[in-house]
Amino acid sequence: MTIAIRAEHLSKRYRIGAAQQKFQYGMLRDVLTDTFTAPVRWAKSMAHRSSNPQLPTEKNFIWALNDVSFDLEEGQVLGIVGRNGAGKSTLLKVLSRVTEPTVGTVSVRGRVGSLLEVGTGFHPELTGRENIFLNGAVLGMKRSEIERKFDEIVDFSEVGQFIDTPVKRYSSGMYLRLAFAVAAHLEPEILVVDEVLAVGDAEFQRKCLGKMGDVAQQGRTVLFVSHNMSAILRLTQEAIVLKKGQLIKRAPTQEAVDFYLSSGLAETGERLWGADDIPAMAAPFKPIALRVKDRSGKVVDTVRSTEPVTIEWEYQLDAPVTGLRVGMYLNTMRAEYVFTAFDTDDAKQFEQFGARQAGHYFSRCIIPADFFNEGRYSLGVNASSFAVRRYFMDDNALSFNVDITGAPGTQWPEARQGPVRPRLNWEIEKVE
Amino acid sequence: MAIQTVSHEPTTVYIKPSKGLATLHLRDLWTYRELVFFMIWRDIKVRYKQTMLGAAWAIIQPVMTMLVFNFIFNGVAKVSSDGVPYPIFSYTALLPWGLFVAALNNASRSLTSNSNMVTKIYFPRLVLPVASVLSGLVDFAISFVILILLMFYYKVTPAWNVLWALPLFLLLAIVAALGVALWLSAINVQYRDVNYALPFLTQFWLFATPVAYSASVISPKWRLVYSLNPMAGVVNGFRWALLGSGSGPDAALWVSVGISLLVLVSGLFYFRGMEKTFADTI
Repeated sequence: MTIAIRAEHLSKRYRIGAAQQKFQYGMLRDVLTDTFTAPVRWAKSMAHRSSNPQLPTEKNFIWALNDVSFDLEEGQVLGIVGRNGAGKSTLLKVLSRVTEPTVGTVSVRGRVGSLLEVGTGFHPELTGRENIFLNGAVLGMKRSEIERKFDEIVDFSEVGQFIDTPVKRYSSGMYLRLAFAVAAHLEPEILVVDEVLAVGDAEFQRKCLGKMGDVAQQGRTVLFVSHNMSAILRLTQEAIVLKKGQLIKRAPTQEAVDFYLSSGLAETGERLWGADDIPAMAAPFKPIALRVKDRSGKVVDTVRSTEPVTIEWEYQLDAPVTGLRVGMYLNTMRAEYVFTAFDTDDAKQFEQFGARQAGHYFSRCIIPADFFNEGRYSLGVNASSFAVRRYFMDDNALSFNVDITGAPGTQWPEARQGPVRPRLNWEIEKVE
Repeated sequence: MAIQTVSHEPTTVYIKPSKGLATLHLRDLWTYRELVFFMIWRDIKVRYKQTMLGAAWAIIQPVMTMLVFNFIFNGVAKVSSDGVPYPIFSYTALLPWGLFVAALNNASRSLTSNSNMVTKIYFPRLVLPVASVLSGLVDFAISFVILILLMFYYKVTPAWNVLWALPLFLLLAIVAALGVALWLSAINVQYRDVNYALPFLTQFWLFATPVAYSASVISPKWRLVYSLNPMAGVVNGFRWALLGSGSGPDAALWVSVGISLLVLVSGLFYFRGMEKTFADTI
């Protein structure tokens, strides 16, 4: 077998610090003070540099990739897992030559194409036809190649009758389909897929996965990054786990995913509120933490849909509150409500806890097993007294993943519509 | 879909940190020549979209400037135009000047306004400023039609040497514009101050270039210093080739040519050196 990708001691350093935190909240006051102090800071840093000619200290930098080495044979499909900031995207960027490594080398055999860059270089004023040519050229296709594949691209995108309409008049779905159709026909030797499943409707996602499967079957090399463990399991034979820029595990996918989920590497599954995050008008209510816990009580980012999930909200009351209800909204990542529930929804519970004394509280609920479908869900929180006052609300306090391994219907590798995936007791009756 | 066999042997790319003086890799740009073509084509297609007057703007802009100049410098200030009717005298200079300014404006923003391309896919970054500079040639060609009409009107007949001289001076204008554009576009990735400084830069540059006035007002001992501005050489060259005014190629022209090449080559090296950080800092 020939090696498609060989990475040796790959490292990438980024500068961090004030520049990246600047204007996080975009307040005019911040912008003004920052603007007027900029020359002073610049002068200071210049003065500092001349008196201390050493390189900036190590703490101003972060190693997004740290000594990553691996080989990938031609025709293999490799999954890449790791929490946000583990270096997955940086790795793909280095492999696709968007950014240079700080240390180390990679040799890449063949053209690298990516399904992340759908629509890159699309211009809204140009027609679908014009954008196919433009986008194809941006992705590195020859004009003759685009001409040859043109009809195929249009068929695949299903926008045939609008092909001479400017794409700014397209619906977002049409736009995405056309963009994806071009990217999918690049036919690179190495295909890189990063979180493409996060965009588009279910049908589109199914198409993406199908295309990826095709590409893999044609014997081309695929690198697949996703937070969706079931997609990783379904599509890859082998996976690597990244942690803080380091490659800490390479194993057959099932083993790598188990390692990743069980080692606590996954996202924290916890949201903490500091004093700065709470508006003054929330008093006397003071949120402390919101947690997602698995069956064993461990705080996790990824829960299994076949197991019950505990949602826990910890908070403090600095003064007694009457009529209080503390609860949550569950949303899909496409901002569809799944349900809304409060801790005093039960009339008896409300009688008992409607008036709460000052103190430290936990409100917990258990979402039963076989409830969630696969994907990412978002939790919003709300603490209020009905028709009196809303103390605190955060529409998107925390998000978590659901892994559907073992859920009903998973013997068919397809995406199921809808936010819930109940285990129903089907009765099948044969009528004579 | 049809499964196509890859007929050619895939090439292997080695990715490693670049050290020392950047190599120019101009062959990369040649490999991506079709992308340059498509970016120029996109710029042109999009430029006057959703405007009422469309490509007429390419004519309106220099013609209006010419009329204003005519009023102020010819009507009020009575500036010498070397015996050539002032409207055609200034319009001849406004053509390469307009090309130059549009090139700087478009190219300096070319990287930042295409940041999604820069941060997501690989292609030689030089494609963007080069395409923005070259796409100005279409506007140049359109506004050139007006010049021909003016020449008929004022009965100005250029000598035969216009056939070789004009393309060469046009090339010099592009070289000068590209050199400055490379510097500005690369700096703009990190310091957006360029966006704010550029209007002043082009304004001062206009005064330092014999567009509204004749280079003959510069005293001979300052001529060489004056021609450090490559656009001075371009504008004098245009006037000489088209209107037969001025002295024709002389030492001052070679100074302009030398400076243009120096700015272009240094711009290329600077751009290549900064290129590797574009995706991280943009």
